[in-house]
Amino acid sequence: MRKYTPKDNVQAKAKYTDRFWVAPRTPRSAVEGEHYEAALARLKESVEVLDAWIELGQMVVTIRPEQNIEALRTLKEECGYAMCSELSAVDYLAQDGEFEIFYQLLNLEEAKRICILTRIKEDQAIESIVPLYAMAKFAEREMYDMFGIVVNNHPYLKRIIMPDDWEGHPLRKTYPLEGDEFASWYEVDKIFGKEYRDIIGPENRDPARIDRYDTQRFSRIGHEVPFGADPELVDETETPIEYSSDVLVDYNKGPHKVLDKRK
Amino acid sequence: MAQHQVNYASSGGLPVALTTVDKLLNWGRSNSLWPLTYGLACCAIEMMASGASRFDFDRMGVIFRASPRQADVMILAGTLSKKHAEFARRLYDQMAEPKWVISMGSCANTGGMFNTYATVQGVDRIIPVDIYLPGCAPRPETLQYAMMMLQKKIRREPADMKKRKLQRFV
Repeated sequence: MRKYTPKDNVQAKAKYTDRFWVAPRTPRSAVEGEHYEAALARLKESVEVLDAWIELGQMVVTIRPEQNIEALRTLKEECGYAMCSELSAVDYLAQDGEFEIFYQLLNLEEAKRICILTRIKEDQAIESIVPLYAMAKFAEREMYDMFGIVVNNHPYLKRIIMPDDWEGHPLRKTYPLEGDEFASWYEVDKIFGKEYRDIIGPENRDPARIDRYDTQRFSRIGHEVPFGADPELVDETETPIEYSSDVLVDYNKGPHKVLDKRK
Repeated sequence: MAQHQVNYASSGGLPVALTTVDKLLNWGRSNSLWPLTYGLACCAIEMMASGASRFDFDRMGVIFRASPRQADVMILAGTLSKKHAEFARRLYDQMAEPKWVISMGSCANTGGMFNTYATVQGVDRIIPVDIYLPGCAPRPETLQYAMMMLQKKIRREPADMKKRKLQRFV
């Protein structure tokens, strides 16, 4: 059994008190170990290595974007990194005006991982690694879909998650979470046409919204309005709910002991 | 038979039941509600459980059909993404009248916890809904209750669709 901790009033105190808390960086160390040193030496023979370090037990190497395919070929064919387990980008446009693309490689025989990092500008394209790793077919399509990074010589560069006629790239930091103008009307425009925007109305982003004049979807407690009644004819006077005094105690009547004492 | 006169209208006569066309049609419609086999997300698991032996939708005459042409009810079970909205509407359009829609679960009702760019904020933006079923996900009993409420609704409304209060857009 797990140890019991009292959970009274857990919501009263906030879990995170510092709004501007920044997660500390994971420690980096110099490249060491027989395998990584050999791999780095091989890599330095074929491409220009900008920086290299060990972080969280794996080697991280930064290279120039135009040399990505050379670097990956060296690691795959000479160092045994047969598998590319992940490939995507990180949006640093606001900070540095650049995207960071990472390739996560795995050596299955020696159980070692290498992360290749490279940075490109917003309007810059990157070479496809599909000839080396077939998994990049979907991963690069996703990168194109989510960030708008164009991948050169990709066999089928097309949106993979969002619809083909979507505008914008949702994983960019500048893309609003609740969607832009295009996103909020997408299904209405597509199914009914733009002229139906006025009829259907904007999206309701407040799940607790109650419309007192909507007599089809909302009923008013203690105030009966017939289903689908004309909102113009809805009686505005509130009728208080009356409970049977036999069952319930009416706290609104009579003297309040505690309150009177405080006075 | 011909030898004696039979008073059909008397209660002791032959078993004759008097009713209206509306009631007769609605009796048939409400007791054979065939939903479309159409699941969108995790609510569909509860919908499948409702159809399976433990909860047994069949005893209510609710039998899932694999074609929109044979279905009367569309149960929108789960999150409707904007990419899929077009196809959900097309399936709805392919169903023959009379047809009803149950919006099952928070995501179908309001978009639920997916307050994002990719989720339709309530399926009633694209499809007219008869029953909104709250829950995340609603239990099979809740879906069965919703189906019973839909039966009640059908029995109440006129069988002639032209006389029905037009709540549907498009």
